[in-house]
Amino acid sequence: MAKTPVPPSEERLLPRVRALLGGRVLDSHCHRGDETIIVPAESIQDVMRALHDDEELDFEILMDLCGVDHMPRRPRFEVVYHLCSYRKRHRLRVKVQVDGPEPVVPTLRDLWPGADWFEREVWDMYGIRFEGHPDLRRLLMYDGFEGHPLRKDYPVTRRQPLIGPRN
Amino acid sequence: MPLVELDKKPAEGGDPEERRMMLHMGPSHPAMHGTIQINVELDGEVIRRADVEIGYLHRCFEKMSETVVWNNVFPYTDRLNYVSPLINNAGYAMAVEKLLGIKTTERCEWIRTMMSEVSRVTDHLTCVAASAMECGAFTVFLYLIEAREYLWETIEQLTGARLTISYCRVGGVKGDWSKDFEPGLRDAIARTREKIHLTDKLLTRNRIWVDRMETAPTDAAFCRRWGITGPWLRSSGVDYDVRKDFPYSIYDQLDFDVPVGTRGDNYDRYLVRMEEMRQSLRLIEQCLEKMPEGELNVDHEGRVMRASDMKDHGARGETEGLVMDYSVAADPTLQGTGSDVVWSVRVGDRDVTLPPKEEVYGSIEGLINHFKLVMSGHGIRPPEGEAYQAVEGANGELGFYVISKGEDKPWRVRVRPPCFPTMSALHAVVEGIMIADLVPTFGAVNMIGGELDR
Repeated sequence: MAKTPVPPSEERLLPRVRALLGGRVLDSHCHRGDETIIVPAESIQDVMRALHDDEELDFEILMDLCGVDHMPRRPRFEVVYHLCSYRKRHRLRVKVQVDGPEPVVPTLRDLWPGADWFEREVWDMYGIRFEGHPDLRRLLMYDGFEGHPLRKDYPVTRRQPLIGPRN
Repeated sequence: MPLVELDKKPAEGGDPEERRMMLHMGPSHPAMHGTIQINVELDGEVIRRADVEIGYLHRCFEKMSETVVWNNVFPYTDRLNYVSPLINNAGYAMAVEKLLGIKTTERCEWIRTMMSEVSRVTDHLTCVAASAMECGAFTVFLYLIEAREYLWETIEQLTGARLTISYCRVGGVKGDWSKDFEPGLRDAIARTREKIHLTDKLLTRNRIWVDRMETAPTDAAFCRRWGITGPWLRSSGVDYDVRKDFPYSIYDQLDFDVPVGTRGDNYDRYLVRMEEMRQSLRLIEQCLEKMPEGELNVDHEGRVMRASDMKDHGARGETEGLVMDYSVAADPTLQGTGSDVVWSVRVGDRDVTLPPKEEVYGSIEGLINHFKLVMSGHGIRPPEGEAYQAVEGANGELGFYVISKGEDKPWRVRVRPPCFPTMSALHAVVEGIMIADLVPTFGAVNMIGGELDR
């Protein structure tokens, strides 16, 4: 049996998204049917508000928010948002790219309270700070943990036991 | 921000500040399934503030996934939601297949779907059983765990393990089922139905149960803001189900209903789960009816060859006609993975799928094929790109976001755990309710430490 080719992806939402956001769409693509846009980090709140309020797109749900480390590529970090609409039955991926020793992205906590823990997790795992987040504590690791474990330069073998070995 | 205004009067007399009490529930507490800590601030019996602390079961799933080859992530996915591991397996396999741009065989899709539904039933059984036990209905716990046992036995029969099954592969599943699998599953369905019916009679109109469960309502707008999916969302009146709204695999060929609640309280969450179990049992039966016969023997004719013969003749250099004279059979412990059936449940793409064992032991091509897939630095290499695949887990939308850089290891495997948003909203749900109602509310989340903390 040969490979069954997946039908070429159609851009269903991207024309509307481009018309809505204009120059804020830095780049867009549609790989395997997942429509993706890249927007500047500083405009993420406006972009999300626009996508949320637009009647045709109607992105009411922030389904997922995660970080990606593309080291050594520059800009190094990406924050990836997966949006979904229950009513319109479509999805969109929005990405922002950040770099530098202390990357910063504005928070979406005010638009979606559900972003709260997702952003805390990204801060915990990647050290990306979410500006305006009222309570940016570590989520999965403990207070006092050094470094951000999902960064590519954090060694897999590094151990930080809370209680050291006895004897 | 209390979600609902309850007319709970504060305790009488004294200074409110002095009456305030901090209570740490967990991480080792009988009602905190898994390990989690909920710090609550109480005024009398009413919760004024709550803070949920997670991370006690963090095992670096995402970091470890980046260190192994694509197929080796499967054992880790078993340990995400350890009550319904087959759904995690299937979700990850589908995400990587989407990234590769391949479609697996039809029979494999049907088997994955059917076993996902079996897993959904076991997950809901566990959730209802634990909630009932925490409210004092221990009989229900015994009934439902017994029903789960029937289903886990069928899972064991098919996959060889009860919990850490690792049954799916990129491009297929491990093997096809044996002849006595189907009657066993049908029997398990009938017996599970009976137990669900018993539970229904014991609980659904039980005064104590109803009074305990008519608590902690949430509405649809609340769920939208917090990104809640699954039974919790459906109990709030939204009929969002990934199986219906973004149909994947073969769900569009099956007939099932999505139950929705009206009030969005714990009682509705219980009713939604009960109905979903009945629907899932219906789905399993449909899968058994409609299961297509796989295409057999796509590119190999099964020939029996004993290993000792092969060695003796081969060592003497008597290789001529060797393959024609003998045939190979899979080891009896590898039931269901022989080449006569395996190609019906695995995609025939040799860049992706491990060949059946008798090809590996019986032919040089099979051997090379096998090693090219398992050797370090070789293996499956999805083209550079990314894919997000959502499936309906037992607790809601389970999403796998995978990124490939064209290497034999994933660059990033991100899991969107279904109970994560619900847990992040829990503090807002419980603020303003009584401390005793925290237990059924937390039970209705069906928090699974494995997928929450990863």
